[in-house]
This record gives sequence, C-alpha cells and structure tokens, in this order.
Amino acid sequence: MQNSNYLYNSNILEVKNLNVWYRAFQALKEISLSIPRHHVIACIGPSGCGKSTFLRCFNRMNDLIPGTRISGQVLLDGQDIYNSGVDPTEIRTHIGMVFQKPNPFPKSIFDNVAFGLRINGFKGNIKEAVESSLRRAALWDEVKDRLNKSALTLSGGQQQRLCIARAIAIQPAVILMDEPCSALDPVATLKIEDLIAILKEEYTIVIVTHNIQQAARVSDYTAFFTMADDRSGILVEFGKTNEIFSNPKDKRTEDYITGRFG
Amino acid sequence: MTFNTLNYSKMYNRRIAMRKGIGDAFYSLFLLSVLVGIIGLITLLVQVLTEGIPWLSWRFITSFPSRHPQEAGIFSALMGTIWLMGLTAVFTVPIGVGAAIYLEEYAPKNWLTRLIELNIANLASVPSIIYGLLGLTIFVGWMALGRSILAGALTLSLLVMPIVILASREAIKALPLTYREAAYALGATRWQVTKSVVVPAALPGILTGVILAMSRAIGEAAPVIAISALVYLTFIPTSPLDRFTVMPIQIFNWISRPQNEFRGLAAAGIIVLLIILLSMNALAIFLRNRYQVRTEV
Repeated sequence: MQNSNYLYNSNILEVKNLNVWYRAFQALKEISLSIPRHHVIACIGPSGCGKSTFLRCFNRMNDLIPGTRISGQVLLDGQDIYNSGVDPTEIRTHIGMVFQKPNPFPKSIFDNVAFGLRINGFKGNIKEAVESSLRRAALWDEVKDRLNKSALTLSGGQQQRLCIARAIAIQPAVILMDEPCSALDPVATLKIEDLIAILKEEYTIVIVTHNIQQAARVSDYTAFFTMADDRSGILVEFGKTNEIFSNPKDKRTEDYITGRFG
Repeated sequence: MTFNTLNYSKMYNRRIAMRKGIGDAFYSLFLLSVLVGIIGLITLLVQVLTEGIPWLSWRFITSFPSRHPQEAGIFSALMGTIWLMGLTAVFTVPIGVGAAIYLEEYAPKNWLTRLIELNIANLASVPSIIYGLLGLTIFVGWMALGRSILAGALTLSLLVMPIVILASREAIKALPLTYREAAYALGATRWQVTKSVVVPAALPGILTGVILAMSRAIGEAAPVIAISALVYLTFIPTSPLDRFTVMPIQIFNWISRPQNEFRGLAAAGIIVLLIILLSMNALAIFLRNRYQVRTEV
C-alpha cells in the first residue's frame, strides 16, 4: 500500500497514542490507527465505549466541551491538527460532520446548504454549489421545487440527507458521521447507506454506528472499541471489515459482533 | 357495577369513585383560582370604562393639563410616555440582549458568572422607587443630565434590563445544542454561530422579554416621579434633554384631586394607557408570529 518513493501518504488520517479526558475521567486510552483515503471506516462498540468521543477528536468538537483534555496526535495529511498553531475552525472546513439526530437549521432548504458557503466566504456561484451539493446528496429531485421552504418541513430521512448536502457543500476531505441513521426508519436508512457508498469515491467517511449489520454493509474497515475495567474506551481491533466480521482475532470482538455482548 | 373476572381483585381497595372525587375537587379549586383573577380584571375594566368613556375624546388626547376638568387633556403626558418608551427601548434592547448573549454564549461557567446571574435575578425584584433614587443620584446628579427624558429613560432601562436579560437567556438556553454544533462543524466562528444561528432562532423568546419589559416600564410611576417630579406640563418635549411627565403620573395626580370630574379624567387616561400597552403587545406578538412562521413552517 505504501509507496516509499512518494511522500504522498495514502492514509488521510493517522491517530497516534490518543488519550482523551473529561476532567478526571479518561474517556479514551492509547488509541492508534490509520485511516486510508476514500474508504469508509466504521467505529462499533457498546454504549459508552468512547466511539463518539473518538469521532469528535477529528474535527476538534471536543474543544467545545469545557474540561476536555487530549494527548497524542491526530494527523491530517501528516499535520497534527492539535498543534498549537492550528485553528479548530479551519480543521472543521476540511473535516465535515453529520450528527445523530438530523439537525438542519430553522432556515430554508437553500439557506441550510448555503450556510457553510456563506460563512466561509465562498466566491463561486452559490446557487450552482447548492444544487450540486443537493444532487450529490441524492436530494435535489425531491426539493428542487421548494428550496425556499423551511428545512423543517422535510421528513427525517430527507433532513439527514440535507445535513449531508450541507456538510459536503464546503468540500471537506473527510466526513464524520455520528450514528447518522439511528433516528431514521429502515427505508430512509437504506438511502443513506446507498449514499455513503457513492460518497466514498470523493470523500473519506468515518461512521459511528450501533448497528453491526450496517457496519458490515457500508464499511471497508472496522474499528471495534470497548470499555476497559476503569470504563475508559480502548480500541480492541482494527482491520478490514470482512476480516473483522469473518475472522475476528480478539474474543471480545467476536462476542460483540455475534451478539453475545453489548 | 363490579367485574368479577379477576380472582385477585379482592386484594385491592380501589376506591375509584373517591379518587375521581378528589380529582374533581382539585379541578374546581383550580377553576375557582382562575375565576378570581378574571372576575377581578373584568370588574376593574368595567369600572374604568364606565367612568372614563364619557371623558374620552380627541380633545382629551390633544389637550394639555388644566385645572378646569372640561379643558384638561393628556397630550403632554402621552408624548412624554412615547419619548420615554422609545429611548428606554433603545437602551434596553441592545444592552439586555447583549448581556444575555455574553452570559450564555461567551462567559465561562464559574462562581463569578453564577454570582452575576444570581444578582440579575434579584435585581428584577428590587422595588422600583429604589431605581428612581439611584437614577436621581447618578443620572440627574453626577452625570448632570437634569430632570430630563434621557435621565428617566436610563433609570427605567436599569429597572427593566433584568427582565430582558432573563427572558433572552431563557430563550437562548432553550435552543438545542445541535444547532450550535451543526454551525461549528461547518467552520463557523463563535460570532458567526451567535449571529446566524442563535439569535435568529431565539428571537421569538427575546421579543417576548422585550414586551414584558416595556409593559412594566410604561406603567411605572414611582421612579419617574423621583426623576421628573413634574405633573403640570404645558409643552411637549422636543429633545431627550427636555423635561417631561408620563401618563401614570398624570393619572395619579388626577385621582388624588378632590373633584369628581378628575376621577373621570383619570379613568380616561387609564384607557389610553391600556390601548397603548395592548397595541405594543399586539405589535410584538405579530412580529414574533411572523418570525416563527418564517423559521418553522
């Protein structure tokens, strides 16, 4: 995979010895893994094992929570996003996020997608950019006649695809998805999963999911987290999804994916 | 009627009729509590209307006060109230909303900010005459603004600021965290999040706070008496530094006169004050609804 003649590294994100504390509580302990470009990486594990905390390390959303402390490195294209000179606001324009509950702004459909473009001083044609984002999020045909209607008139599944359109409008390299289907019905879930399969051509996607089948369906790589005895989150196993699911190396992984635990 | 389908029903003493009776008793009690308020309000309104309507006329609204009841009007007090409300809103809204935004979005959560929050909540319940004396000392005295509209508006702003701050904070606090997270995740700065997401979404609640604050301010007599001390005014203010009087003071003055005719004038003044108050509230509710329609449907 790695070509020693090139400085270009096929891993877009690298996590090295990552520890996260919320005040005195250690939420993540000694996490290291590499995320290859243009793939889907699923993070699975029981509730409270730190999957979401892990995801939020990539766009520094944990910075917003008072009392959070981090050690270790998170490299985006080889540069540590936790270096003192790095502005989290800039990181978030490279690494977008889709949340657990669809959270469109109480604004029009158009303004939701245009929001990120406007605040980031987009100099191109906003109308075209909004249309292309909505098309890539497989939502354009459903909303093209009512772009000025409030985003809250959309169904839950449509709202979540709108949030995806909003995230990709500012052309990030990575999209983080925090249980994006947990509030959706099976049909809407399937649409999002189809979308993920298409989006990975252009983006690297890190997805947290409680649904083991979903991880198996959408991801190329799977990271299994669990809780250590002190309740801090640890990475048990990381590898190609088909290998994790067909031939887990760790007993805890096997128990989890076969449904004996969690 | 008794159902004997379950063998173990003897193990319960269900007393359904008695439990429903207790519920009905409380229902009546609550209904009675509401009626006391409504009947009191209706009695007041009827009394004011029957006394005041005969005196209500265009002449009453456009005349200056006079010692002859037939010639007396509320013009100078009405203009004073409009001036005072306008200036008070100019000071209160930006500062109150700004303080609320600071406390909710920017301030660290520590003992100092908790102390400030506690104090703001307490300030809302300080008697208004205290504010009047404070205004008299600071604005009229130290800042040498004289007994002017400006001094009055600054004093009233201090008085109603806590209401705006508390209501705006509640409105901002009620916003789901997910809106803020969504904006931050798109690379918004704190100010962009505040300006483009937090304030627009909290605006209906903020407007409600402004209505409450202005409604309180328009009815205040005590602090304005301390500042203006004027009742008999035969000119209308033309600048913020002019002297002034307001409607509650005028009404108070008429009520304290011995002649019966002045009681009628006072009632007419109350009607005008009520009309202004209700139109102010109607305007704010209209604005709020229009905004909610734009954002939620």
